[in-house]
Amino acid sequence: MSATVRVVLPSHLRTLAKLSGDVRLDVDDDVTICTVLDALERSYPMLRGTIRDQVTGQRRAFVRFFACEQDLSHESPDAGLPAAVVTGAEPLLIVGAMAGG
Amino acid sequence: MGAVYHPLVPCGALPACQHVASKGVAVSGVRVLVGTRKGAFVLTSDAGREKWDVSGPHFAGWEIYHVNGSPVDPSRLYASQTSGWFGQVIQRSDDGGETWTPAGNQFGYDGAVGMHQWYDGTQRPWEFTRVWHFEPSLTDPDTVYAGVQDAALFRSSDAGQTWQELDGLRHHETGPAWQPGAGGMCLHTIVLDPTRPDRIFTAISAAGVFRSDDAGSSWRPMNRGLHSEGIPDGDAEVGHCVHSLAMHPSRPDVLFMQKHWDVMRTDDAGETWREVSGDLPTDFGFAIDVHAHEPETVFVVPITSDSLHYPLDGQLRVYRSRTGGDEWEPLTNGLPQSNCYVNVLRDAMAVDSLDSCGVYFGTTGGQVYASSDAGDNWAPIARDLPAVLSVEVQTLP
Repeated sequence: MSATVRVVLPSHLRTLAKLSGDVRLDVDDDVTICTVLDALERSYPMLRGTIRDQVTGQRRAFVRFFACEQDLSHESPDAGLPAAVVTGAEPLLIVGAMAGG
Repeated sequence: MGAVYHPLVPCGALPACQHVASKGVAVSGVRVLVGTRKGAFVLTSDAGREKWDVSGPHFAGWEIYHVNGSPVDPSRLYASQTSGWFGQVIQRSDDGGETWTPAGNQFGYDGAVGMHQWYDGTQRPWEFTRVWHFEPSLTDPDTVYAGVQDAALFRSSDAGQTWQELDGLRHHETGPAWQPGAGGMCLHTIVLDPTRPDRIFTAISAAGVFRSDDAGSSWRPMNRGLHSEGIPDGDAEVGHCVHSLAMHPSRPDVLFMQKHWDVMRTDDAGETWREVSGDLPTDFGFAIDVHAHEPETVFVVPITSDSLHYPLDGQLRVYRSRTGGDEWEPLTNGLPQSNCYVNVLRDAMAVDSLDSCGVYFGTTGGQVYASSDAGDNWAPIARDLPAVLSVEVQTLP
């Protein structure tokens, strides 16, 4: 069964991918961080390596995953995302971590 | 949308008819490729070099460590777009910077990753951070070398789509003794020998110069004659903080070096080096380059010291030697001579090959200065850019 997931990218990555708003992605498998990123990188290959390492799949240190007012960055990338993300009611936010002063 | 910037002072005093490069080849213009902390800028002019069109920022908000063009096909450009948040992106242009396409950005170290020395003396595994420098092939526009941090050399033969490490360098037996300079452990300089296709020079901070004579398979440290304070053995085989190298293509065995301290030269392709700092007021600095038509004319920008990264006495001065070093003259006309506290980084100086050699450099204050008469007179061709990381120049047919 396929789900349509909304993803919000940080502005630098929207520019890189030539996007102007949210991304809607069809995810065929279980909806997890990993499967959403798989779908995102299939549609927008220029984003490979900018959110997670291309070989290890590890999240880049200054990238965060938020949804439903929760920080999912430290959850397993294979854990299921909240139901509201799976139904498309809430987006998965990919965020550049606040850093600097 | 490009903006046209008119320097306050005409860039040199040459008659407009001198728009012919050496050997009588007609030149249509000059393109200056500027990498900054917040994007790339492309500055173009006709061969008069008096009126400049500024295009950018390209890749706004990203650090652009380097933009460089193929000497075979000047329309082919490579740009290193990097971010502490989102990592490394490689951009390629096939139309001289009008449009760009993301290329491959997977830089996987080949084989065992290995360890190198960290700032505190402990061993730390090699970890890719960014591309510092591109050196396009002298013969093939689809082949380009990339020097990266942590120090390694990569090559692409498909216009940047895929990258293969020339891992003989990183696996050199001295690798575990290499350590990062203040900017990271980077391979920042790549020099190709136009007469020996298999010869490559690289420079690493802080390891030193390495040379390959077999197209990158095997490497030798080439640091004999260098002396560095701040390392346990000042004359060690490796461990020197070489900042930049420059070669004139007509004499590929002669290289000039700006080291952390000391300006050096070799006349035997790096086998031995001798100091040519001579009468420079300080021999600390980052950038060095050679005149396009005079192999013994060299340019440096002296910086006060390793702890004061700005010009001596707040006076921005390029120094020129017409004798291959030792004897240097300050070039000040058109450059700020008071209250100037910018830096000029290692990859931020370049020359064009018009008959009257143009010299260009960028500052951490966002100025790009140009001289169309080999340094006698200078004018800013851009004044308020983000901090400049790199400057390259293309002399366009």
